[in-house]
Parts: sequence; structure tokens; C-alpha cells
Amino acid sequence: MKSVNNLEEIRKIIGRHKRWDLIFMIAGIFALMIAVLTFMALFAHMLIDGMPRLSWDFFTSFPSRRPESAGILSAWVGTTLVMLVTAVSAVPLGIGSGIYLEEYAPKNLITEIIEINVTNLAGVPSIIYGLLALGLFVYQLGFGQSVLAAGLALALLILPVVIVATREAIRSIPVTIREGAYALGATKWQTVSDHLLPYSSAGILTGIIIGLARAIGETAPIITIGALTFIAFLPPSPVKNEFPYVSFEWLTAPFTVMPIQMFNWVSRPEEAFQLNAAAAGLVLVVMTLAMNGLAIYLRYRMRKNIKW
Amino acid sequence: MQINQEKVAEPTQYKSEVRNLNFYYGEFNALKNIDMVLHEKKITALIGPSGCGKSTFLRCFNRMHDLYPGNRYEGEIILHPDDVNILASNVDPIEVRMRISMVFQKPNPFPKSIYENVAYGLRVRGIRQRAILDERVEVALRNSALWDEVKDRQHDLAFNLSGGQQQRLCIARALATDPEILLFDEPTSALDPIATASIEELITDLKSKVTILIVTHNMQQAARVSDYTAYMYLGELIEFNVTDTIFIKPKNKQTEDYITGRFG
Repeated sequence: MKSVNNLEEIRKIIGRHKRWDLIFMIAGIFALMIAVLTFMALFAHMLIDGMPRLSWDFFTSFPSRRPESAGILSAWVGTTLVMLVTAVSAVPLGIGSGIYLEEYAPKNLITEIIEINVTNLAGVPSIIYGLLALGLFVYQLGFGQSVLAAGLALALLILPVVIVATREAIRSIPVTIREGAYALGATKWQTVSDHLLPYSSAGILTGIIIGLARAIGETAPIITIGALTFIAFLPPSPVKNEFPYVSFEWLTAPFTVMPIQMFNWVSRPEEAFQLNAAAAGLVLVVMTLAMNGLAIYLRYRMRKNIKW
Repeated sequence: MQINQEKVAEPTQYKSEVRNLNFYYGEFNALKNIDMVLHEKKITALIGPSGCGKSTFLRCFNRMHDLYPGNRYEGEIILHPDDVNILASNVDPIEVRMRISMVFQKPNPFPKSIYENVAYGLRVRGIRQRAILDERVEVALRNSALWDEVKDRQHDLAFNLSGGQQQRLCIARALATDPEILLFDEPTSALDPIATASIEELITDLKSKVTILIVTHNMQQAARVSDYTAYMYLGELIEFNVTDTIFIKPKNKQTEDYITGRFG
């Protein structure tokens, strides 16, 4: 019988197979470039249009009928306050739900249905959350078209993200670590608070920031609950001169946010407003990228001591 | 199944007695009618082929199976001197785990400092005073032959230790709370021969302080460290006796086949 190990043959076969490596690599780079270059082109275009408009005044001015003196003060303050409400409400609810589902919930049909629902909630169109918030927060609970209603709407939107991130972070802790804690006589809560939460904090934090980065650019639910598009005043300050020094009046104040300010400017016919929109878009993209960068940095920092 | 009767003088010599233990993973009967004893301050080894139930048996002693749904115990594991059945449903598994410590197959230090790893069992018990913690941590580290190597870097991360050191740290962690029984689940299977030797030496030394039950895959290890050996097969205890007898003159044909390497 003829040997199958003919060297000439083998080399030819290897060469033929390696051609596919090359073909796939080129196809992969091409696919990647489509995504990267598209984003870079958009970003560059925005940079060219918007950069000249970026100045200190742009950040400290209210919107105006005259494009050259219009700014994003009310928009970025509104965005910051709304994000604050979103974070404060979504973080404890999300982490709490995630821990409960992962560590405490009995494994039964009800838990399973809840789990499937939580995952599916992440895919619900954001405008649906807007409608829910309009009915529940704005009218039913009487929060009005306020920072509070908007913050809570966005909190609902990112809740599934935080829950899923919490669960995955906890699940990535090896079972031997968990059993090690229980074997020393720790209760569930001791295991969660001394071990599971600290070791999963990097993953949870990343989830929170990714969620907030998504919320910061959301427009549909905010429009639905009725954010103002033109607003030339700031919500009342949270810090007061007289007792009790803090005030929560800003929660019920009308507001606008960055994407709505952009939307407003883009819909104007004047060319100069388009440039304002580009500049605001630039600020929004930088905010989002900065948040994602922070998430990556925190993940790296907090995972440095953990090896599994 | 034969219990070595001539060695048994009075029940007070027993640290624990296992009576007609059955264990179920859901419907699966993983341990069948096991009767056995743990002699006080002796080392008992559990040997047998993979899947014979020796780890399952070990994990009954600290009620580890309670962590997962669908597991069920039948029968008794009596812990002396207070004669409590630790499997009884009115006995809190946390209380059992505070009395009976466990060392796992792979070193599983927490991603904390060496000191905090050893102190954790004490902290769980609510001990906060620095002086007591310091003293107990030192004693535990000395007893696990780790003190000289780590005394100047107790606040370094436990992950910076070698595999063998990490396993000794886990032993120190288990010892810090003065357990009545120390369980070892194949403690050297993830370690190199030198680290294995040091762990075996340590286990032998610990005999004077605590009753030990050890699961091992390695028959030589059972022969080297243990006083009593139990051979298990398919969830049943086939033979239990003094280690020398098991290895030199086993009474059961199955045990002999396994010991001599004709099976398993």
C-alpha cells in the first residue's frame, strides 16, 4: 500500500489549507474596518463641524434664538441630574435583584419566569419605557414632567443591564470560593457581603457604567414623558444657605437633556444651529466614551488582585 | 462491612459514629446504608475509585449538601461528646460547619490578605478584638507550618503564595477556629510531589490536635498518613479497618483487588 505520508503531498495540502487562513484574515479585517471606519468618519465629521463651536461660553450659556450665543448649560446640567436619579435608583435595585436571583431565590418555575423576563426586558424598545413612565410617574404618581420622572424612566431602562451584570459577575466567582466561605460557618449574607459582592464589584461597576452610558444618549423615553426642548433656566440648586442646607426641589423641576437639545437644534433650518448640534453631539460622545473608559479602567484596577 | 471491633474499647473513643447513612442527589441514592466510626484524634482515610461516593460522604460531615437543592440525608452522623445527630433537620448546618472544618481539593484562598484568610472563620464568629485575632492567626499559621514563611508578610495577598503554601494557608484557615473534626477532600491532588509531602507531614502532625477524615485518590497516601481506612465502592462502604490490615490483609476480595491494582 502506498504511504499516506508523502512529504510533497503533505506540503501541498498544508499550503492549500493555509490559504484559507489568509482569506479569512483578510475578510475579518475588512469586516472590522467597515465598523471602525464608519464610526471614525462620523466622529471626524462631527469634530470638524462642532470643534469651532466648543468654548467655555458654549458650556455656560442657555439655548438662544441666536445660534452663535446658544449653549448647552441647561442640557448638561439636566443630563447630569437625570443620570444622578437614574444611578441612585437603578444601582441598589439592580444589585439587590441580581443578588437575590443568584443567591437566595429558590430554583423553581416562578424564579425561572422572572429570570427570562428580566433578560427580555433588556430588549424592550426604549419608547415603551417612556410610555410606562408617562402613565405611571408623570400622571399616576404625579411627578410631572420632571427630572425625577425622567431619571426613574431611564432607571427602569437600565435595570435589566445592572441585574444581568450583577448576576454574571457573581456567577464568575468560582464555586470553591463560595463553598470555602460557607464551610467556615458563614451565613448567606456573610458570604454575600464579605465575599461575593467585593469580588464581583468590578463586573457590577462595569455593568452600571455601561448602563448609564446607554441611558445618557436615550432620547425617545425622555421625549415621551415631555422634556422641554427650549429651557432657559436651571433647576433649583440642591444646596441651600439656610437649614437644612439640602433641597430636593430640583427633582420636580422641568428640564432638558443633551440629546433633546441636539434634536432641537438639528430640526432648525439655520445652518449655524446644525453646527451647534454637532458640537453638542461631540460633548455627548466624549461623555459616553469617558464613561466606557472609566469602566475599563475600574475593571482593570479592581481585578488586579483577583486571579481566577 | 466489618468494623474493627478489637480496637474498640468504649464508645468515648469515638469522635463520631455514622449510623445507616443514606444520601440522595434527587432520586439518585449516592450513599447506601453506611455504618462507620471516626476515632478521636486519629486519621481516617476514605479510598475508592472515582464516583464511589467518598467525597459525597465527606461532605455530609459539614452539611455541604445543604447548599444545593434536591439533596436529602437519611440516617445519622452522631457527634460526640454531646451525642448530637448533625444530620437532624433541627440542627443548623452553620453550627455544624463551625464545629467541623474542611480543606478543599484545590487551594481556595479568598482574594484577601494571608491574615484575613486565616482570621475569617473568627470574624464569622464575631471576634473583633485585634489582640485575640492576632494571637489566633499566629497559632493557626504555626500549626500549619506556614508561620516562618509568612510572618513578615501576613498582609500580602494570599494569591502570591505558591500552591503548596496556599493549601497550608487553607489548613490554617480551617484550624483557626479549633474544629473538632477536620475534613480533607483530596488535599494534595492539585499539588506537586514536594508540596504533597509537606502537606502529608502536616496532616500527620495535626493528629494530636484534631480528629481527621481524609478523602484520597492516592492509596500510598492513605497508607502513609492514616490510622484507619475505609474502602468505598458505588456508594457502599465495602470494608473499614485499621489501615495496616486493609493494606496487608484485607478481608474483602473487592478491597484486595482495588488495593493490589487489579481494579480501579
